[in-house]
Amino acid sequence: MKTSVFLGTLTAAAALAGSVSAATLDEVKARGELNCGVNTGLVGFAAPDANGNWSGFDVAICKAVAAAVLGDPSKVKYVPTTGQTRFTALASGEIDLLARNTTWTFSRDTDLKFTFVGVNYYDGQGFMVRKDLGVSSAKELDGATVCIQTGTTTELNLADYFKSNNLSYTPVAIETNAEGEQQYLAGACDAYTTDASGLAATRAAFADPENHIILPEIISKEPLGPLVRHGDDQWADITRWVLNALVAAEEYGVTSANIEELAKGTQNPEINRLLGTEGDLGAFIGLDKDWAKRAIIGAGGNYGEIFAATIGESTPIGLARGLNAQWTQGGLLYAPPFR
Amino acid sequence: MTDTTAARAFVRREMLPPQAPPPSQTGAIRWLRENLFSGPLNTVLTILGLSATAWIVIHLYPWLAHSVWNANSLSECRQIIQATWGEDATGACWAVIRERWPQFLFGFYPSHLYGRALLALVLLFAALAPVLFAGLPRRMLWLSAAYPALGYWLLWGGSFWYPAMLMAGFAVAALAWRALSARGALVAMPAAVAAALVWWFWLAGPVTAGLDAALPLAIEAVRSDKFGGFILAVTIGVAAISLSLPLGIMLALGRKSDMFLVKALSVCFIEFIRGVPLITLLFVASLLLNYFLPPGSNFDIILRVVIMVTIFAAAYIAEVIRGGLAALPRGQYEAADSLGLTYWQAQQLIILPQALKISIPGIVSTFIGLFKDTTLVVFVGLLDPLKGITDAVRATIEWKGIYWEPYIFVGAIFFAFNFGMSRYSMYLERKLKRDHR
Repeated sequence: MKTSVFLGTLTAAAALAGSVSAATLDEVKARGELNCGVNTGLVGFAAPDANGNWSGFDVAICKAVAAAVLGDPSKVKYVPTTGQTRFTALASGEIDLLARNTTWTFSRDTDLKFTFVGVNYYDGQGFMVRKDLGVSSAKELDGATVCIQTGTTTELNLADYFKSNNLSYTPVAIETNAEGEQQYLAGACDAYTTDASGLAATRAAFADPENHIILPEIISKEPLGPLVRHGDDQWADITRWVLNALVAAEEYGVTSANIEELAKGTQNPEINRLLGTEGDLGAFIGLDKDWAKRAIIGAGGNYGEIFAATIGESTPIGLARGLNAQWTQGGLLYAPPFR
Repeated sequence: MTDTTAARAFVRREMLPPQAPPPSQTGAIRWLRENLFSGPLNTVLTILGLSATAWIVIHLYPWLAHSVWNANSLSECRQIIQATWGEDATGACWAVIRERWPQFLFGFYPSHLYGRALLALVLLFAALAPVLFAGLPRRMLWLSAAYPALGYWLLWGGSFWYPAMLMAGFAVAALAWRALSARGALVAMPAAVAAALVWWFWLAGPVTAGLDAALPLAIEAVRSDKFGGFILAVTIGVAAISLSLPLGIMLALGRKSDMFLVKALSVCFIEFIRGVPLITLLFVASLLLNYFLPPGSNFDIILRVVIMVTIFAAAYIAEVIRGGLAALPRGQYEAADSLGLTYWQAQQLIILPQALKISIPGIVSTFIGLFKDTTLVVFVGLLDPLKGITDAVRATIEWKGIYWEPYIFVGAIFFAFNFGMSRYSMYLERKLKRDHR
C-alpha cells in the first residue's frame, strides 16, 4: 500500500514535470540560455579549448539552435554528459537538447520517449587492426580479442556481426576511448572497434598511423543526431528545421561568406523563403523571419562549412564526406523543402 | 699453599682493550645481513624486490628522461623526442601540463579571476590554521568563523550581502540564545533555531535586497558550471569535510543515545547511507531530484553534490567516532555522572575529547577517502581533475592520444594534499600523546 502511494506520487511528480515543461521554447527564452547536452569530450565533435570555449561538429548544432531561438550563438550552457547520464539529463529537463553523437534507434525513439530531430552525421562501426596482423577483412577476425566500449550500441552490433558470420571473439571491455587506445596500443586486444569517425581520429593521433589499418567493413548503421524530449512538438520542430536549414543552405550554396548578400533577396524563391525575405516561415515555429539566417551564421556556416572546419579532410581527423554528402553528390543529406 | 699467585704462571692485571668487531658485524654489511639477507627466504625476497625495482627504473627512466616541456601538440612532442633521442625513443610529453595546467587547477573559471580563487585558497589556510594549531592566537578563530561566507563570496562572486546575511542567521541564533539562556537550554535552544529559521526564510531576503540597493557591494559572479579541476575538488572536499565532522559527531552521539526516536533515526540514517554507493547518491542529487523539484527551480549542482558527499562522509565519521566512544572505559561515563555533570557537559568535558583523540586516525582516513571521492562527480557531468578535465583535454586534436602524463600530474597533486593531511594527523596524535594515557 505504502509502495503504491509512493509510486503514485512519483508518477504524479513525473507527469507534472512533463506537463509543465511542455513549452520548452518559452522556458529557453525566459532563461535566456539554451541548456545543451554535449559529449564530455570527443575529438572533432565536442571539446573545450584552453579557455573553456566549446567547439566541434555537435557543438555547432547547439550554437545554431541558440542563435535561431535567442539570437546569440554564445548563449548556450554546455552540459557535459556521459554515456550513462545523457538520457536521464534530457528526460529530467536538465537539458533542452542533446547533441551528443547519439545513435538514432527504435528503442531510444520510442521506449525512452525521445524525438530524434534528424541526422547530422551518418556513421558506422568499423575495426582497426595492426598491419602486421595480416588481416584485410573483418571476416578474418575469427578468434580475435576486440576492445569495445561498454554501454554503447557498438557492443551489441559487434555481437550481432560475429554471430551472423559464425565467428568467435573475446571482448575486452573498456570504459572510454582513451582507455581503448591505450589497451589497443599495449596489445591487450587485436582489434579496436568503434564508430568509423572515432577510429579515424584515433588513428590520426597515433605515433605510427601507417602501421594500423581501418578494415573496409562497416558493420552497422549509426545515424547520429540531436534529440529532444517527447511531448513538445514545437520545440522538436524548431530543432529539426534548424538542422534542415544548415543542410539546405549547403545545397543552395548559402555560405557564411555570401549569406548577407543573399539575404537581400535573390532570384531563387527557396533561398528567399529560407532566409526570410519571402514569406514568414519562422512564425509557424514561434520564431521571427531571420531565424534560419541567424542559425547559419551562428553555427559558423552551412553544413558543409561546419563539416570542413571540425572533422573534414583539411583537419587532422580527415574524414571524407562519404554518406554525409548532399544527395546531389551521392550522399544521404536531403533537406525537405522550405515551403 | 700460602702464595697462590706464585703457583700460576700468569695473571692478567688489566682488561684487554675491546677489539673492533669482525667486518661481517659492522657497518653496512651488518645492516645488510640483518635486514636484507637474514635467511634464505629473506634473501630470495630481497633479490626479487631489487630486480622488480630495477625493472621499473630501467623501463621508466628513459621515458622520464626524455621529457618534453615545450611543445604545442602531442605530434610536436613526438617529433622533438625523435629528433633529440633517436627514432625509437619514447618520452613523456609534459607540454600538455604546461599548456593546460590552468584548466587542471581551475577548470573553466574565468582566467582574469584566478587571483580571487587563489586568495580564497590562501584565506582557507589562514582560516584553518587556528583550528589546526592550538598555539596560534585565538582571535584568528573569528576569521575561521567568517570564512564560509568569505570563501563562498570570493569563489562565486555576486553580492557580498547574500553570504553575509546567510551568516547573520547564526548571529541571530546566538543573540536569541544569549537572551534566553537564563531560562534554561530547553527554552533557549528551540528559540535560537526558530530565530535563525525566521531570519533565513523571511527576513534575510528583503534585508539583502535593501542592503544591495543602499550599498551595492558586488563582484563579478561566476557560475557553478565554470568550476572544474582542483578548484572543484577542493571546494567540495573542504566543504564536505568541515560539515561532515560535526554532523558525524551528532550522529554518533545519537546512535549511543538512550532516547528511542533519536537512536532509531540515527541508526536508520547511518545504515542507509553506508549501504548505498556514493555514485548512487550523486545520481540522485543530479538527476532524480530534477523530477521532483518544480521546473525552473535552480538548485545549484555543486551545492547538491556537497550535501550528498557530506551526508555520505558523516555516516562513516559517525561510525568511526562510535568506535572511539566504545573504547572509553565505562568508568569515564560514571565519573562524569558522579560529578553531577549534565549530558552535554559530560560529552564536552570528558567523553568527546577522549573519544575524538582515539578516533583521529580513522577520521583522517575518512577525510582522505572523501577528498579522493570528489573525483566521482565526473559521473554527474562535473569536470573533476582526474577524468573530466583529462578527457576534455584529450578531446582536442592537439592532445588526443596522450594518456599517462595528465594522470601522473593529477595524482601527484592529490598525493600532496593527502600526504599533508596524513602528516597533520600524525602530528596531532603525537601532540595529544594518546599512547601514554
